[in-house]
Amino acid sequence: MSGGELLLQQLINAVSVGSLYALMAIGLAMVFGILRLINFAHGDLIMVGSYVALLLMMAGLPFLMAAAAGTAASTIAGLVLERVAYRPLRGAHEIAMLLTSFSVTIFLENLAIILFRPTSRPFAAPALLRGVIEMGQLRVASLDLIAIAIAAVLLLGLTLFVKRTTIGIAMRAASQDLLAARLMGINVNAVIATAFAIGSLLAGVVGLLWSARVGKIDPLMGFNPVLKAFVASVIGGLGSLPGAVIGAYVLGGLEILLQGLLPSALTPYRDAFVFAILIALLLFRPNGILGSTEREKI
Amino acid sequence: MAMRARAGGSPGADPSPTIGARLLSRLLVPVVLLGGLAVALGAVSLFAGDYLLRIVIIIGINVILVAALNLSNGFTGVFSLGHVGFMAIGAYAASILTLPVHLKAVNLPDLPRWLGGAALPFLPATLIAGLIAMAVALAVGLSLMRLKGAYISVATLGFLVIVQVILVNWDSLTRGARTFAGVPPYATVWNVWIWAALTVYAVWRIGASAFGRDMRGARDNEIAAQSLGVSVLRSRLLAFCLSAFLTGVAGSLWAHFITSFSPKSFFFTQAFSIITMLVIGGLGSVSGSVIGVVLITVFSELLRNAERGFDLGFLRLPPLYGASQILMAVLFILVIVFRPAGLLGGREIDVRGILRRMTAPRREKPKEEDL
Repeated sequence: MSGGELLLQQLINAVSVGSLYALMAIGLAMVFGILRLINFAHGDLIMVGSYVALLLMMAGLPFLMAAAAGTAASTIAGLVLERVAYRPLRGAHEIAMLLTSFSVTIFLENLAIILFRPTSRPFAAPALLRGVIEMGQLRVASLDLIAIAIAAVLLLGLTLFVKRTTIGIAMRAASQDLLAARLMGINVNAVIATAFAIGSLLAGVVGLLWSARVGKIDPLMGFNPVLKAFVASVIGGLGSLPGAVIGAYVLGGLEILLQGLLPSALTPYRDAFVFAILIALLLFRPNGILGSTEREKI
Repeated sequence: MAMRARAGGSPGADPSPTIGARLLSRLLVPVVLLGGLAVALGAVSLFAGDYLLRIVIIIGINVILVAALNLSNGFTGVFSLGHVGFMAIGAYAASILTLPVHLKAVNLPDLPRWLGGAALPFLPATLIAGLIAMAVALAVGLSLMRLKGAYISVATLGFLVIVQVILVNWDSLTRGARTFAGVPPYATVWNVWIWAALTVYAVWRIGASAFGRDMRGARDNEIAAQSLGVSVLRSRLLAFCLSAFLTGVAGSLWAHFITSFSPKSFFFTQAFSIITMLVIGGLGSVSGSVIGVVLITVFSELLRNAERGFDLGFLRLPPLYGASQILMAVLFILVIVFRPAGLLGGREIDVRGILRRMTAPRREKPKEEDL
């Protein structure tokens, strides 16, 4: 394989991983932008959707219907979480909300362990998702291309939604200043619920793509990817939607780059390098790449 | 010295201001508390069964962990989620030092000779482990402590992941993901509780000192504190490093109590349980930390027994591993919603005041003009 093809191959890899991170990071960034809430439980929404889809597939439903049901399950779970766990905390301190989401995670993961057993289960994606497309010497997993395409469509749709629709504009207003938005007559609860619904829907989609990629699912499957998505949204600037997407692709590229560049003795340490780079980056740009540089007013 | 104002002291509390009486009243509380603790521990170690003894030791270790976490998270408001990383560093460092030489040859054959050929006693190993944790805290704290609120939490979680990755992969030192076994069971009720008492005393004194006021000032209003000449970075870093030292010590004690562990022992479940104790007791309150630890440790121990399943005669409950964690999580959310400042709300239990009230009838009432 020539150098150019290798580069292209790795580029597709990076964009595909970055797309998954982007879909997760957006869900995190939307909620954080409005509520200043770091929603750890986002990863468990991924897990919920994947399990629902898997169970329905095992019951004999075709993949697409099971996938739709799984995504719906994620969305509903996200809305329930917002209503039950986060709404009572409206206006609470950032740390109180963070800790609540941490305990929601513990709650959901242990519930899943009880319901579905702690061991992992194989997740058999349909043949369409497992195919390999050969172009010359280039071998590209069809899943990578599908992930990139789905992410592109969803990101485009989301951009239009946020820029053009009334509720999208209200959402941006709420993330600028929640109190002022409320004073302007915006139904803040509806806006927040919408943000959760969209974020959870994206989480459901990511869950399916991720499970198809890894080939198995387990109750703790959501934690690691979402931690990475956090890193992505912090790189981009917590709360900024374009920042989250940029951060996600930067992270995807970084991971593939480290995978290729690190000597083989150090490749197991890849995640340590990713987080170390995050910490170093925050030192120079404490608010991320696109984070607000607005000074605190006294 | 005699003129130094007592924190929270009320005027007219000491009617006879001779030096001897002052010294007595100063020493009274620590002596009563320590004496009570010593008697209680003596009774436990003499009469209690193994199970109760275990719980008392676990409580002691958790007291250190939570008081140390309070020093950084409660006093400075820098909410670290990665302290379990320091516990892991302390546990592994101390265990590598104390592991008997013949076990090192079997379990850790790739150790450098200066480490593999000798085994240290418990105390120096624990101190070195604490110092290593502190050095790591200094190294990462120099950048982490400059960040703001939520960013610090995410970045410290990143630190925890880094520690995990290193523990799992540094085979020659840690046996990787496999169990690290054969640590000598040096931890006893006595050495654990001596460390616990020292920790509580140290955290309490630091909280009452000028450093403690700097930390709380920086927490409550960063800009105001800076304008009064408080170096926010320095006070945060100081709290973070001291806290890491104590957490490393607790890690060593825990390792020499449990005697076998793996990197998994130091991940989110452990992080969550320590944070729960801290928040339920109340951030920023040392006595609250102790109360939170006792409540949660006993409660989770009871739940752990219950989740193995039990038989009520008419009703047989199957084992439900994980149910205790679920209940804990629900309890935690309820506390945050209904009592967000924790049970003590950042205040301290005023032992001196309680003692004074108990002994009040034997003393003269303070005169009006003293007040």
